[in-house]
Amino acid sequence: MLLIHCPYCDETLPEPEFTYAGEAHVARPADPMALSDEEWRDFLFVRSNPRGTHYERWRHINGCGRFFNAIRDTVTDKFAMTYRAGEPRPNLDALKEAAE
Amino acid sequence: MTQAFRIPGAGRVDHAKPVRFTFDGKTVEGREGDTVASALLANGIHLLGRSFKYHRPRGIVSAGSEEPNALVGTSRGPGRSEPNTRATMQEVWDGLTVESQNRWPGLDFDVGAINDRFGRFLPAGFYYKTFMWPRSFWDKVYEPFIRRAAGLGRSPTEPDPDHYASRHLHCDVLVVGSGPAGLAAALSAGRSGAQTVLVDEHAEMGGTLLSEPGVRIDGQGAWGWLDAALAELRGLPNVRLMTRTTAIGYYHQNMVGLCQKLTDHMAAPPEGAPRERLWRVRAGQVVLAQGAIEKPLVFDGNDRPGVMLAGAARTFLHRFGVKVGHRAVVVTSHDSAWHAAFDLARAGVAVAAVVDVRPEVSRVLTGQAEALGIEVLTGHTVTGTTGRLRVASVRVNPVRGGRVGAGRTIACDALLMCGGWTPSLHLFSHTKGSLAWDAGAGAFLPDRKTEECEIAGAGRGLWGIAAALDDGAKAGAAAAKAMGRVAGVGTFAVEADRTGDGVVVKELPTDRNAGLAKAFIDFQNDVTAKDIRLAVREGMRSIEHVKRYTTNGMATDQGKLSNINGLMIAADALGKEAPQVGLTTFRPPYTPTTFGALAGYHKGSHFEVTRRTPIDAWAEAQGAVFEPVALWRRAWYFPQFGEDMHAAVARECRAVRTQVGMFDASTLGKIEVVGPDAAAFLERMYTNPWARLQPGRCRYGLLLGEDGFIRDDGVIGRLADDKFHVTTTTGGAARVLNMMEDYLQTEWPDLDVWLTSTTEQWAVVALQGPNARTVLEPLVEGLDLSDAAFPHMAVAECTVAGFPARLFRVSFTGELGFEVNVPARHGLALWEAIWAAGQPHGITAYGTETMHILRAEKGFILVGQDTDGTVTPGDAGLDWAIGKQKKDFVGKRSLQRPDIVAKGRKQLVGLLTEDPKVVLEEGAQIVADPNQPLPMTMIGHVTSSYWSEAMGRSIAMALIEGGRDRMGEVLHIPMPGRTLRATVAAANFVDPDGLRLKV
Repeated sequence: MLLIHCPYCDETLPEPEFTYAGEAHVARPADPMALSDEEWRDFLFVRSNPRGTHYERWRHINGCGRFFNAIRDTVTDKFAMTYRAGEPRPNLDALKEAAE
Repeated sequence: MTQAFRIPGAGRVDHAKPVRFTFDGKTVEGREGDTVASALLANGIHLLGRSFKYHRPRGIVSAGSEEPNALVGTSRGPGRSEPNTRATMQEVWDGLTVESQNRWPGLDFDVGAINDRFGRFLPAGFYYKTFMWPRSFWDKVYEPFIRRAAGLGRSPTEPDPDHYASRHLHCDVLVVGSGPAGLAAALSAGRSGAQTVLVDEHAEMGGTLLSEPGVRIDGQGAWGWLDAALAELRGLPNVRLMTRTTAIGYYHQNMVGLCQKLTDHMAAPPEGAPRERLWRVRAGQVVLAQGAIEKPLVFDGNDRPGVMLAGAARTFLHRFGVKVGHRAVVVTSHDSAWHAAFDLARAGVAVAAVVDVRPEVSRVLTGQAEALGIEVLTGHTVTGTTGRLRVASVRVNPVRGGRVGAGRTIACDALLMCGGWTPSLHLFSHTKGSLAWDAGAGAFLPDRKTEECEIAGAGRGLWGIAAALDDGAKAGAAAAKAMGRVAGVGTFAVEADRTGDGVVVKELPTDRNAGLAKAFIDFQNDVTAKDIRLAVREGMRSIEHVKRYTTNGMATDQGKLSNINGLMIAADALGKEAPQVGLTTFRPPYTPTTFGALAGYHKGSHFEVTRRTPIDAWAEAQGAVFEPVALWRRAWYFPQFGEDMHAAVARECRAVRTQVGMFDASTLGKIEVVGPDAAAFLERMYTNPWARLQPGRCRYGLLLGEDGFIRDDGVIGRLADDKFHVTTTTGGAARVLNMMEDYLQTEWPDLDVWLTSTTEQWAVVALQGPNARTVLEPLVEGLDLSDAAFPHMAVAECTVAGFPARLFRVSFTGELGFEVNVPARHGLALWEAIWAAGQPHGITAYGTETMHILRAEKGFILVGQDTDGTVTPGDAGLDWAIGKQKKDFVGKRSLQRPDIVAKGRKQLVGLLTEDPKVVLEEGAQIVADPNQPLPMTMIGHVTSSYWSEAMGRSIAMALIEGGRDRMGEVLHIPMPGRTLRATVAAANFVDPDGLRLKV
């Protein structure tokens, strides 16, 4: 059972309070009708599915109810950080360097 | 029975307290403190069961939870039976019933042992090779054969009458294992003030110290020191000690699962006591001090009863006061077995010889052996054993320059083996901690850690009590320091410590045909050395494939004894070094764990919640039959006067179509959507137009996913410019709210909208039928219910039966209908008021079955029954629900995807059987030509099918390729024994023009 930090509650809480919500930073196009079939397919179905660092969304569904973003390693299951929805995609390497 | 092998006064059992239990119906006497294994050995009983595949006689191999062979059935009274209990872990008590397993007709003579004679025809991968074809043989021939031939104990058939508890625990330091390393770690951490938990799977703490009474620590005997250490720990308020508690799994972020056995060792458990308790521990630091597990040696006949691990013999001697035989031979590749030989000899066991595969052994050991009259056979191998139900002799041969010399036979009734020790790193492996081969230790040792943990003692290859104590003290102090404590590292003065080392070997060399040898690696799954070599010859290269092909290490002991031996032999066959071949991964649980412990309180009615509406009690009093819908229980139908379901449902349907029916619709999902941008938000979410819907009006709403497929539907009423009452399907309420929140929070945070789940705030009574207005009108205040003033799809706030209400004029039946929403606390009173008012007008309560039929008669879809996540609005005939002028809504773009606009998609249509009495099976497949060869091309399936009382015949809905172009076409539904014929029709059977709504 993971412990997850909710960036809105600013508390680290057990996994059953949260639900997973897919890859982060996949924004709905402003005008879907202007997209080609291929572009729309990519938005709908194509995800990065990395082995390693993954930017993903969670929802504190049994808590404050907010959606937020997280960086998790898909191999170790460790969270590097969580941040609020709408914030820009953090540069993990820069964060690591700053920490060192 | 006498305890001929018990040493009076020896060991830690209570000699003043005899305990009687039965083994295969015969009474056996042991002592309090015995395990089943030690009590049987005290009585000279080694034969405990038959093996899994060859039904070979098997005995006790180990003295701990790693035991692969001595699995027995235990019974603790009616319903309380457990198969595959480890005899080495089960404590005895008066009245315990123990049975051997996997034998027929008896343990001494077993018919299945014929498999042993034909063993050469049952090699590795036998099942894969033999039981391949034809497919139909699987169910009738192969599987029953395999199930009968294989298998361990029998599962109990009665429900488990015991209950199981579960708890959470948070601590600074969790120490797993209470041998010298674990005790020292707990002392360091405990003395620092850290919240410390020490657990051990055995009944007693102490680990190796219990089997090494000769060692002296800080001037005391090992057992005296142990008592003092435990007394100190018990006296510390920040330390918790837990025995009979197995750490079964090590999970993310230092969560460790513990299974604590509470009553299995008791003759008379306290009333109401749980049998086991599962602890979920979140520890700041974990110290793994699980020690090491002794490896068997691999030679022909190494599985006979009486052949066991040398360390186990030492444990039975010192801890239980039991001699494992009168005349023993020791075979080893490690110094530790020599000490076992010495201890046994001093206790009066005639040790005929110590056979060591190493040509050179320390003079200290050989000298001591000679002084005790033990023959020393270094540079020797073991090439066979004899004895049908118990080992009777062992054949030993000298090995010089790689050549095996002539053998000689030594009589014995116990053969004690030791192939060295494997650090017990199962829990470390659960964390994906990596292991590295250490050539010096001849073992895999912990390498890279992924969690906040320390590994101490034999777990990281250290040997001897002094080394384990020192290492444990350091690990405990390091863990306490990591938790911000000031911790000292205790030192220990150890005398008479027996250190040593050994070599790692594969199967022992032999002068006989190795292809005929029964040299077992995995005792529980009956895997031999030649099975491993065969797997490699047949092309298995990865240790993972070798494991699965041979089933080595796949039994309930997860290969605790067999993995390294299997790896060594596979590596030899592959011509590689062990680290290049690698190790398979250990996974939780460490030892088999009961389902009861894992389920805990979540069983029976506590398995999941049952949601009940405010009207549920009334339905129950009326004798309603209920069905589960999502987590709700809903009234399915209301049988009266002994009606069966068909008769009750037909009566309910007639009542709605001719008079009036009432229905508890409280489970409908409800979401209040409010705010200045509420209409704009619904415009974007739903396919339909909302901007121009007037307050006081409702509309059917259709919700798609971004992929264009139907997700949910429901009526949405506009109560004010900025306030909508959205209804969803019963099962979809939470999903729809989640989806709305997702878009609102992350895609359109600019919209000023608030979403509130109101499902449980409103009780809903649906009143449907030609008399609905007549019944309702007298109860309503503040609203004109006439068709002109309150037409179909109107909504208003008013008072009904004295309660504040939201009244909808809607119909899910095709009849004149109203849905009355009142605050949930008034639901039952409202229901009873309408019920009373309806009596003169033939009012009838109806359930979900009638609701389903009435809506099918109108062709209204049920999302999830007539749709399956691949159905678009066009497929369902719901194009009319799409706002044609809308530029965008969720899923709109997908409605132009090539696959969605392609011809020949499955479309929802009606289906009328040729024989009106035949009701099709929901899910039945549909074909165009019933005479085509198999396998037929299926063009669709039945989604809904009922007896329609209104039509006096059966009706059905179906998803059929190009269905709307097939109107009038006859299609076929092949069923077992017959093929049914049905005609495609419009899915709107009753009142197709909707005239009944306009009254």
